[in-house]
Amino acid sequence: MTPRIYIPQDSSAISVGADTVADRLAERLVASLGNKEVEFVRNGSRGLFWLEPMIEVETDAGRVAYGPVGADDVDSLIEQGLLEGAQAHPLSQGLTEEIPYLKNQQRLTFKRIGLIDPLSIRDYQAHDGFKGLKRVITMSCQACVDEVKKSGLRGRGGAAFPTGIKWQTVLDAGAAAGQKYITCNADEGDSGTFADRLQMEADPFALIEGMTIAGIAVGADMGYIYLREEYPHAHAILEQAIAIATEHNFLGKDILGSGKNFNIQVRLGAKAYICGEETSMLESLEGKRGEVRAKPPLPALEGLFGKPTVVNNVISLSSIPIIFAEGADYYKDFGMGRSRGTMPFQLAGNLKQPGLVELGFGVTLHSLLYDYGGGSASGRPLRVVQVGGPLGTYLPESQWQVEMDYEQLAAIKGVLGHGGLVAFDDTVDMSQQARFSMEFCAVESCGKCTPCRIGSVRGVEVIDKICSNEDRDSNLDLLNSLCDTMENGSLCAMGGMTPFPIRSALEHFSDDFK
Amino acid sequence: MSDSKNTGAVNTAIDANHHLEGALLPILHQVQNNLGHIPADQVGIIAKALNLSRAEVHGVISFYPSFTTSPQGTNVIEVCRAESCQAMGGRKIEATVKSALGVNFEETTECGKFTLEPVYCLGNCACSPTVKINSQIYGRVTSHSVVSLIENLRQAGDQK
Repeated sequence: MTPRIYIPQDSSAISVGADTVADRLAERLVASLGNKEVEFVRNGSRGLFWLEPMIEVETDAGRVAYGPVGADDVDSLIEQGLLEGAQAHPLSQGLTEEIPYLKNQQRLTFKRIGLIDPLSIRDYQAHDGFKGLKRVITMSCQACVDEVKKSGLRGRGGAAFPTGIKWQTVLDAGAAAGQKYITCNADEGDSGTFADRLQMEADPFALIEGMTIAGIAVGADMGYIYLREEYPHAHAILEQAIAIATEHNFLGKDILGSGKNFNIQVRLGAKAYICGEETSMLESLEGKRGEVRAKPPLPALEGLFGKPTVVNNVISLSSIPIIFAEGADYYKDFGMGRSRGTMPFQLAGNLKQPGLVELGFGVTLHSLLYDYGGGSASGRPLRVVQVGGPLGTYLPESQWQVEMDYEQLAAIKGVLGHGGLVAFDDTVDMSQQARFSMEFCAVESCGKCTPCRIGSVRGVEVIDKICSNEDRDSNLDLLNSLCDTMENGSLCAMGGMTPFPIRSALEHFSDDFK
Repeated sequence: MSDSKNTGAVNTAIDANHHLEGALLPILHQVQNNLGHIPADQVGIIAKALNLSRAEVHGVISFYPSFTTSPQGTNVIEVCRAESCQAMGGRKIEATVKSALGVNFEETTECGKFTLEPVYCLGNCACSPTVKINSQIYGRVTSHSVVSLIENLRQAGDQK
């Protein structure tokens, strides 16, 4: 058997040297093996980022892992039996599937991540790819929408709106509406999140299949992926995947002989965080300034170019194939309460074992931080976690027993958002984090609503005054009043939620503001 | 000479993209990529091709941080300022890079070799802190490693 070696090619693995390791390995193996062949596969990351660059070698017992591998480790790995999967080397991690971090996960949407060559349509199909689409073309539109409703899937971008109901509105808009669109929001700008990027870089066909199913279900024949410009690697992979899928008739005209057509184009954003807000994204796709629209009208009725439009996040759409492949009941069985299915939690910030953890809703924040995250990277005590991106609440240790689902988090004034967790150790100054929230809002506000545009600038000033004990009490009142105005007087979550992290910092860490 | 080169690049971008729905952003991206900026005197040509006013095109250019109306430095260094990088010492990296280059965010060094830009998340949060230098993303950087990356570029520039 030709030895097969996997080296991830996603942008995080590359950012810590995966390409250099791959080059060194190829060079050394050519030198030492002569004519004997080795097969290299550039897979996506398994999501165990603290082990990246993580090399895997195929053995009879399964794939074995080594990591984090630097270029200087390559010689010793080869000497100590890398090609045979020997496990003597200090970087050996044993069988990949047995690493507890991975073994204890419930990988549904991310089931293929790291297993396959992202651009091998054969690999994709060998791992249940396009099984859902093949079922969909035998179903009626209404049956497809019903299946999504039944799965309980809610928007994974952050708003948690039921996906099936959104699709129903677009389907009901009827043929008289003319052109309809599927738009994929891939403007993943929240700090601490990288699930969309990993999905697109490591398993792009799942997103393509999900969008195609959405198109067939609601009667749309055109799809746009609005991708943030900061993800050039995902862009290159998506463009290739779209071309390959079209060549194999999973996209384009008369898909698999069904008589249905669907095309996808990728459009790049231009580094504006606000374009992750759905109406701002639609404006941007239309070639305009990314200014937020008032709702109603809902994008489902008057969306892109005024036409009925599905706007779904990358993870929502990439979860569609497994819902159709395995059935809505299978998917719905994971999770708790009204949060059904799985969530890719993204562990970031000051953690020893950052990475992607896909689990059914209901795992505790504490378990994510310690059982998976392994505690702080710095070795100091963890102090606070921001859940749900830059507009998410800062949660102190007293709240870490919360079960991670939409409703449980809402009950403690938290948000799940896109599932990102950023952990901080005890060196964090929460007044500076609150100040940054206002500063970020000032930088990224689209400018349409005054409370967001001006309020954020004033917010930075007021926090500075509080920290320097200038009219402390009256400035604290002013900050609270400013937060009220922003929450109630802004059209979208940018201004409306910027107060969340600030208020939680004030509530739980008031000493930091002295 | 350079004006005609600019106009050529702008027309090429228009020809390649004007048939698309919402063609303005794809056109601006192509011009920005090819010329390194979008010259103010080319705005009228783009506006005319898309039947827009110059104000509309200018409004779009000024809205998005990706589009610039003046050339940037030979090397663009982006330092992530967002929370995950902050939690891993990003503020220190920011200060180190500013002092190594002697400029603030959104400034270019006098020699024209470096432009420093803030970035709010590169999606590399599991390998924080992160900087991007030209098209390459570097994760788990330290003050030391980022300074040596900058020094390498400085020296490479001097040899040219």
